[in-house]
Amino acid sequence: MRAVKRNTEYFTCFRKQEGCHAGFKGLAGTAFLVAALFLAFFTTGRVLAERPQLSPVVRNVPLVFPRDFGAHPSFRNEWWYVTGWLETPEKEPLGFQITFFRVATEHDRANPSRFAPRDLIIAHAALSDPAAGKLLHDQKSARDGFGLAYTTEDNTNVKLGDWFMVREENGRYQTRIKADHFRLDFSLTPAQSPMLQDLNGFSRKGLHPEQASYYYSEPHLQVSGKVTRDGEEIAVKGIAWLDHEWSTAYLDPKAVGWDWVGANLDDGSALMAFQIRGKDGSKVWAYAGIREPSGQFTRFEPDQVSFEPQRTWHSTRTNTTYPVKIRIRTGTTVWVLTPLMDDQELDSRQSTGAVYWEGAVTVTRDGEPAGRGYLELTGYVEALNL
Amino acid sequence: MSWRNKSMLARWLLSGEWQAHRVQSGVAVIAIALGVALGFAIHLINTAAFNEFSAAARSLSGESDLEVRGPQATIDESIYPLLAEQEDVELANPVLELDVALPNHSKERKDATLKILGLDIFRASVMAPDLIGIPAEDKLFDVLADDAIFLSPAAMEWLGVKQGDTLNLSVGTRKVALRVAGGLRRARAGQRIGVMDIATAQWRFHRLGQLSRVELKLLPGTDKAAFKAQLEQELEPQNQYLVAEPTTRETRVANMSRAYRVNLNVLAMVALFTGTFLVFSTQALSIVRRRHQFALLRVLGFTRKQMLGQVLWEGAILGCVGSLLGLTLGYATATSALHYFGGDLGGGFFPGIKPVMHFDPVAAMVFFILGVGITLLGSAAPAWEAARALPAPALKSGSEDTALAKLENPWPGLLFLASGILFTRLPPIFDLPIFGYLAVAQLLTGGIILMPPLSALIFTAVFRMVQHASHARPVLTTALARLANAPNQAAIALGGILASFTLMVAMAIMVASFRVSVDDWLRHILPADLYVETAASGDTRGLTPDEMKALAETPGLVRVDFFRSSKLMLDPSRPNITLIARPIDISEPGNTLPLTGESIPVAQLPKGAIPIWVSEPMMDLYGYTLGKHVTLPIAIPARTFIVAGVWRDYGRQFGAIQMRLADYQALTDDQLVNDAALWLEQGVAPEQVIESMRQLPFGNALKFSDPGQIRALSLNIFDRSFAVTYLLEGVAIIIGLLGVAASFSAQALARIKEFGMLRHIGMTRRQILGMLAIEGGLLTALGVLLGFVLGGCISLILVFIVNPQSFHWTMQLSLPWESLLSVALTLMFLAAFTAVASGRHAVSGNPERAVREDW
Repeated sequence: MRAVKRNTEYFTCFRKQEGCHAGFKGLAGTAFLVAALFLAFFTTGRVLAERPQLSPVVRNVPLVFPRDFGAHPSFRNEWWYVTGWLETPEKEPLGFQITFFRVATEHDRANPSRFAPRDLIIAHAALSDPAAGKLLHDQKSARDGFGLAYTTEDNTNVKLGDWFMVREENGRYQTRIKADHFRLDFSLTPAQSPMLQDLNGFSRKGLHPEQASYYYSEPHLQVSGKVTRDGEEIAVKGIAWLDHEWSTAYLDPKAVGWDWVGANLDDGSALMAFQIRGKDGSKVWAYAGIREPSGQFTRFEPDQVSFEPQRTWHSTRTNTTYPVKIRIRTGTTVWVLTPLMDDQELDSRQSTGAVYWEGAVTVTRDGEPAGRGYLELTGYVEALNL
Repeated sequence: MSWRNKSMLARWLLSGEWQAHRVQSGVAVIAIALGVALGFAIHLINTAAFNEFSAAARSLSGESDLEVRGPQATIDESIYPLLAEQEDVELANPVLELDVALPNHSKERKDATLKILGLDIFRASVMAPDLIGIPAEDKLFDVLADDAIFLSPAAMEWLGVKQGDTLNLSVGTRKVALRVAGGLRRARAGQRIGVMDIATAQWRFHRLGQLSRVELKLLPGTDKAAFKAQLEQELEPQNQYLVAEPTTRETRVANMSRAYRVNLNVLAMVALFTGTFLVFSTQALSIVRRRHQFALLRVLGFTRKQMLGQVLWEGAILGCVGSLLGLTLGYATATSALHYFGGDLGGGFFPGIKPVMHFDPVAAMVFFILGVGITLLGSAAPAWEAARALPAPALKSGSEDTALAKLENPWPGLLFLASGILFTRLPPIFDLPIFGYLAVAQLLTGGIILMPPLSALIFTAVFRMVQHASHARPVLTTALARLANAPNQAAIALGGILASFTLMVAMAIMVASFRVSVDDWLRHILPADLYVETAASGDTRGLTPDEMKALAETPGLVRVDFFRSSKLMLDPSRPNITLIARPIDISEPGNTLPLTGESIPVAQLPKGAIPIWVSEPMMDLYGYTLGKHVTLPIAIPARTFIVAGVWRDYGRQFGAIQMRLADYQALTDDQLVNDAALWLEQGVAPEQVIESMRQLPFGNALKFSDPGQIRALSLNIFDRSFAVTYLLEGVAIIIGLLGVAASFSAQALARIKEFGMLRHIGMTRRQILGMLAIEGGLLTALGVLLGFVLGGCISLILVFIVNPQSFHWTMQLSLPWESLLSVALTLMFLAAFTAVASGRHAVSGNPERAVREDW
């Protein structure tokens, strides 16, 4: 019976490993692929085929723009991850998430077929509407090729069927998502320069030097566009946050998941913080970075950052408990994140097997309202041992 | 007499009759049972095999609304993104489907191929979720791996591999080793397929840039017909794509085996037909025998209607028992035949599947009604006669033959014969020789109906001749007198022999003609001394130009011809035709091709026209005629060819075209060949050439066969596919013989009085037995003679109408005299023996008592 169940939900079997071999932020959707990839790499040990030579992430390699807005096929994983708050004409708040992943496979690079699955393109999109009380979400995946799914190396330009995100010359992003039950058409205009995380864009994820990624964010993106639901089109405005991150190595094997937040603060500054959790919920690694409107950047080391759950929410769908309200300390500052709505769980076990909580939150700094952001909680899902 | 008493009387009469004549009733029941059983079994087997084959074919295309493919085996992959980006297309699923040859020389899998689908999991998982491979839990990326294949359980079992093993496949002269990465999400029982990543399949099987088809799923609410029309218009200028609905594939599958299935069903009907005749003769004789009883019943107050009911009721009971027995027997036969011989009964029409038998209540009902119906039909004429007979004359002795006097009217029989001859002039319906079969039935019925007047005529003539001869022997004269003057009972007995012997003659002549023609044809198409190939079938076979060169340079060869054969789809609803490219001497094409008629001489070929030679089915199925200009989509743009000749082909009933290899290679970029025909120098043994070719770097992948082997193998396949026919023929003969035995013994018993009288006037017991033997022998001789004539006529219909119309090939007529004569002699001996055996009992009684019984 177990086997049959596994067979009928092909990708579900990744569920257990999701935490064990997770990549980093946003990788929840691709965790299964990455996990499998590493396993395949280490267990098959075949040497005859021409395996891709993937680049390691090393320190002191400066990010160069606009080149680094584009894709980096020599690294294993890469994503462009947009989250943000929208406002309807009736001043109702909505949250959204649009993510494009690129994952390099182990497929023999000598295969001249145009179908050769060297890179997979995967996309997730979600819309949080407090009036509906739960997420609308959809996902897509394909192999890179035939102009039907691709990334380009010169600039941000990702396409997956009729979903795309492209960065124009002037820095503005255009994106369109035709999901199953909703449609998003946005243009995202930057108001600030890219924010290089951690050590000039070299973002450490663990104690070992190879546990790292290249990582920059574009906070305070001005959103304008439209949201279509049930055939009804509404104009929206808002503010968003874009992460672009690429890496080859993976997290510490002890890690099971992470908590991440990216927030656009009302005073024009930007906050990004994450912690990587071990099996017992302990902190494996942590980081926070704050950039003032002036450009002043403050970096916090793991011992200066802590995440404390304030309130939990239990999902009856997946039998999982998430700390949806969280207190974060960065140095002496205390931030409290409160969700736009509790049920922002993304359960896509039927297709990709990933289950995570990804939601719009309001942020206070030392008790005062400070801004709005997105919180991501991964690695909380429990196996359903019935 | 009250109703209750009458029904009791009816029951009593019935059981009395059955107890007295168990054998005859038993034979009638067995005949019906065998007919019903055969019909039902063949229906069940055909349905099970066909449904499973269609379902397996359907399961390969998932939930697609349309598919785009090409006339050739593959299309260029550049069409795929164009289709995927169409406005109304929700999903486009590219598929590369190949029948890949297996290198293992295991006997069981000889010449076998494995069907492999190259799929893009991200698209196929939506379009055809069943076809997705299930990898090991720690090797999930195997679904995209460059060296992995997933196999259905039946394929694993058949190939003898399991997850983790290596599977070797043949591509040209090389081997490709793939890792068996797991099973499939769901495969039909017995379905042998493999699934792998499309990029891996393109690469490993040398199909870069090629797809078999692109399946399309349209957005909900799209007008499929309008979209199809628009897409066809868009693709039309390129003339290399076909847009078809998945149901077309089912039509194609149905067309593939239709002629086979229909012909098998007709053969089963023949058994049932013979059964009907047997019921008729049993009932007719039983009524003649009971004339006095029935007359007595009439005198006692039975109405005509009751008499009619009584006889029909007897028939109905025989029919019910026979039909029920037949259904049981048919089901059991079908189950065991499916188990031991597979769905095509060894004919090779449904490979790679494992049909599951389902009891079909509707079909069972139909066959039951059919069985009972034809029994009633067989009883109807005798019942009518029994009801109409006037009681007073019927009570008199010697009235038996007058009861059957109506049978002497020749007009109905002549009418049947005439309409049968008329039917032979009519064309096929739905590609099936419906009128041909009807003509066979008409001739057979007409022949049987004409039997009584004909035998009266002939025996009277012979009787007169013998009478006038001075040295006439009394035994012979008496026997002839009986046959000449009371011909109807004899004729009925003869009907059974006539029916089965006629059918046997017809089938035997047809099969013999076919076999001789096939043998001649094989000799013609296999003129070389040795043949070389990499695999007998499959899409991945082929020799490269370098390998061809190496083969041609082997010492000891006078001549080498290379062949390339490929599949071509000219009509999506018909099975593929075969395109064969080979060296053909344009001035003497008859040297290489088994031409059936004239061919266009070189001088008369239009300048620049490329000649092709087409097989006979191309004329029936696609309307090709000698000298016609036709377009074949083998090159881009499609080229025009001229039909320069027609050749006979027993290998490919769906059509084949031959052209010169040089023309083919100039038009296409396909430089591979499938096999080579080698002519050896005088004094060079095939073994020497094989030995030196084995030394070539690719020598191990070569398979050699000499024409004798190929011929033996082909004839073996031929015999195997006719095995069912032989079986059915055998059953018809057995039914016929049972009929002979039953009616002879019935007659002998009915003639006890006559024998008593003959004893009184001085004939010895021995003489009476001799008379009976002569009667039996003469009757059978006449039956056999007429059977030869009628069977010969029917065989002409089978050879010249039914075969060309169902399989689109012609053949020469040849008669298997020896086997037919031996069967005829056996029959005659058997009939004489039966007559004597049944007479011995009748003659053994006291002559005085036998005579007294009359009054």
